[in-house]
Amino acid sequence: MSLPGWKQLPIGVVILNPGNSVEYKTGEWRTLRPEIDQEKCIRCRTCWTFCPEGAILEVSEPYKTKAGREFKLTYKVNYEHCKGCGICSNECPAKAIAMVEEVI
Amino acid sequence: MGKVLPLGGNYAVAYAVKACKPEVITAYPISPQTTIVERLSEFVANGELDAEFLHVESEHSALSVAIGAAAAGARSYSATCSQGLALMNELLYIMAYVRLPMALTIVARALSAPINIWNDHSDFMSVNDSGWIMMMSSSNQEAYDEILLAYRIAEDPRVLLPVITAMDGYIQSHVVEPVEIVDDEEALSFAPKRRSWVTLNPDKPVTMGPVGDPNWYFEFKRQLWEAMKGSRAVFDEAVAEFAKKFGRSYSAIETYRLDDAEVAIVGMGSFMGTIKAYVDRARKDGIKVGALRVKLFRPFPAEDVAKALSNVKLVGVMDRALVPGSPTGGFLHSDVACSIKQAGLDVRTLGYIAGLGGRLLTMDNVRQMVDVLLKYKDSKEVPKEPIFIGVRE
Amino acid sequence: MSKPITVWDLPKEEFLASGHRMCQGCAAAITFRHVLKAAGKDTIVSMPTSCGEITSTVYPHSAWRIPWIHVAFENAAAVASGISAAIEALKRRGEIPKEKDINVIAMGGDGGTFDIGFQALSGTLERGDNVLYICYDNEAYMNTGIQRSGATPLGAWTTTTPVGKVWRGEWRPKKRKDLIAIAVAHNVPYAATATPAFPTDLYAKVKKALSIKGPKLMHVLSSCVPGWRIEPEKGIEVLKLAVLTGMWVNYEYENGTYRVTTPVPKRKPVKEYLRLQGRFRHLTDEDIKKIQELVDAEVEKINKLVGKQVIGPVEG
Repeated sequence: MSLPGWKQLPIGVVILNPGNSVEYKTGEWRTLRPEIDQEKCIRCRTCWTFCPEGAILEVSEPYKTKAGREFKLTYKVNYEHCKGCGICSNECPAKAIAMVEEVI
Repeated sequence: MGKVLPLGGNYAVAYAVKACKPEVITAYPISPQTTIVERLSEFVANGELDAEFLHVESEHSALSVAIGAAAAGARSYSATCSQGLALMNELLYIMAYVRLPMALTIVARALSAPINIWNDHSDFMSVNDSGWIMMMSSSNQEAYDEILLAYRIAEDPRVLLPVITAMDGYIQSHVVEPVEIVDDEEALSFAPKRRSWVTLNPDKPVTMGPVGDPNWYFEFKRQLWEAMKGSRAVFDEAVAEFAKKFGRSYSAIETYRLDDAEVAIVGMGSFMGTIKAYVDRARKDGIKVGALRVKLFRPFPAEDVAKALSNVKLVGVMDRALVPGSPTGGFLHSDVACSIKQAGLDVRTLGYIAGLGGRLLTMDNVRQMVDVLLKYKDSKEVPKEPIFIGVRE
Repeated sequence: MSKPITVWDLPKEEFLASGHRMCQGCAAAITFRHVLKAAGKDTIVSMPTSCGEITSTVYPHSAWRIPWIHVAFENAAAVASGISAAIEALKRRGEIPKEKDINVIAMGGDGGTFDIGFQALSGTLERGDNVLYICYDNEAYMNTGIQRSGATPLGAWTTTTPVGKVWRGEWRPKKRKDLIAIAVAHNVPYAATATPAFPTDLYAKVKKALSIKGPKLMHVLSSCVPGWRIEPEKGIEVLKLAVLTGMWVNYEYENGTYRVTTPVPKRKPVKEYLRLQGRFRHLTDEDIKKIQELVDAEVEKINKLVGKQVIGPVEG
């Protein structure tokens, strides 16, 4: 990859489009991957709250469990950035998140 | 036209700063700078200047506050010297590379040890690689005018670098001279607030001062080299406009009776007054001596210096700061010698170290300096080590 | 009193983007997320050199979706003061709309706060500058690789307080200096402790702090996976235990009054907190007893400040 030269860089050690760290895929660091069991998930927002990466996504996707419980929200993992720390799994009060070994 | 007031250099600078209407002023007391910010405090206290004045707990915080203020878009000002400048040191580099403009006055003073509040140029010279534009005046009027020049140049979108304006402690700062004060509107029309740089604005977020790893760091250094180089044209434009508007003309160097000179003395700051007086006396005795004062030190006016000295046989460069262990002993001598070499001229140089820690320069001292030049002007070998003027053996 | 904040009050919008390079399981990252959620879009952050700084702004990438600046190590508070002053002045000149509230937050680690940034912090607090200073405290210089700081607790292993034949971790016999008391001694209107393990408490305190004009200080305990020698999934658990053992008390000071925001009627023994962390592995029962005594004394001090026993005795 060829990087831009000094003439192409903005003046003064400034990043003009912050938030662009999303281009850096920290998901590659992961050795264990969290998998959310949508049946067990009680939609309490705990995993979303404690994720250091902001990599638990809270999406407006309705879900109905086999037992008939209906939820308006679904929690999903952004695997591009999840580093696999396991805080979500450790803190989950419903024990709905399993940490599964990544197989390459 | 403005009015003429009897002002010490520090008060002259305070009046100039007031005319440029900075939004944020911050400083820590240190002799001989203190009366600049005392006077500015009075201006703010009396409602003559509308600015935030931050009484910080150190010079380190003074420059930190100024950086924060400039980053948020304000015109900021501070003044310091000596140990205070040394304490600011790391921040000088950062401010230059983040490309934030401001004016900072150095009321030049010796660096410890031993602790000494008197004048030399060791503080000024110690930051010569920091990426700041640096100029030094030799009269109080010039000290006043440099503030206007500083804001105009610093905030020019082609430059965006902070500027140091320096004067000699006590010799200028506390000695009263007539100084013409320009109207605030005139000052601001010469140095308008350009708001020309990227700022910390919630409506357009940016990240300032990130980590630059080996893939990027070098490119920012390269960028600054170009900005510094480019600032020279902006300086020339500014002094030309200044002359038109206010009738006082400046240039990167000031030459004195150099046209037919065989030998010349190069220096900076207020001592050049003594040297020019001696030149006049020596000329009466038929000695072909001239003088050159460097006003703009960064970017160094290498071509101007070389051109001005091209017909001289031997040049003596007076440094008022000692660089122990360096080939010449002084930054000014090194830069002058290098300028001559780069121009391919057959002009030799020798160096003097003079006036350290407030030691005054007498006419007799200047006579010694000229005598050395006359002694060596036609010889092949000239002294390599600096000649210490006015020190007891 | 307003109704207590729940986890559902936390805004969905993220101002700390993913893709930052803080360690797996980093509690500082959780802290930053919730600080910014509370502060919102109109916020400028000044950050000193720290682990959170270098890992979030590796050129050309930045994780900060609000204006952010790093200058040096010892001056985050002074830089924030400058920003705040500029905003004041530019508002007076009408260049920033007068009605626009812009939060200025300085956010540094314990090294940048307790040690090298202490002087600048004192300046900002004593002058009354309109800045919220937040210390995210992971109790050592984690950025440079876990060296002892003025915030390192008694007994903790660090790379400069290693465990050997003579040394047994940090030996300062007392609790570390009390940052909240120091802030209060500067006559600030608001000071508070928090931890990201109690995110609504952290969120509410940032909100409250930012609603008050003047200098405010928050001290946030933030676990560190490599520095505390814990498993990456334990970062929140260990912080909860810090609160449940009384090792850390969530409280706030507001205009002369102290209030504990996470009461703990029955404390767990401090051993439960210490045993979860490799940095305390070498401690003997006697060492732990000494730390328990320090914690008991600290709890008593806070109960006295509050005027009642909000943190109870260790459960038998």
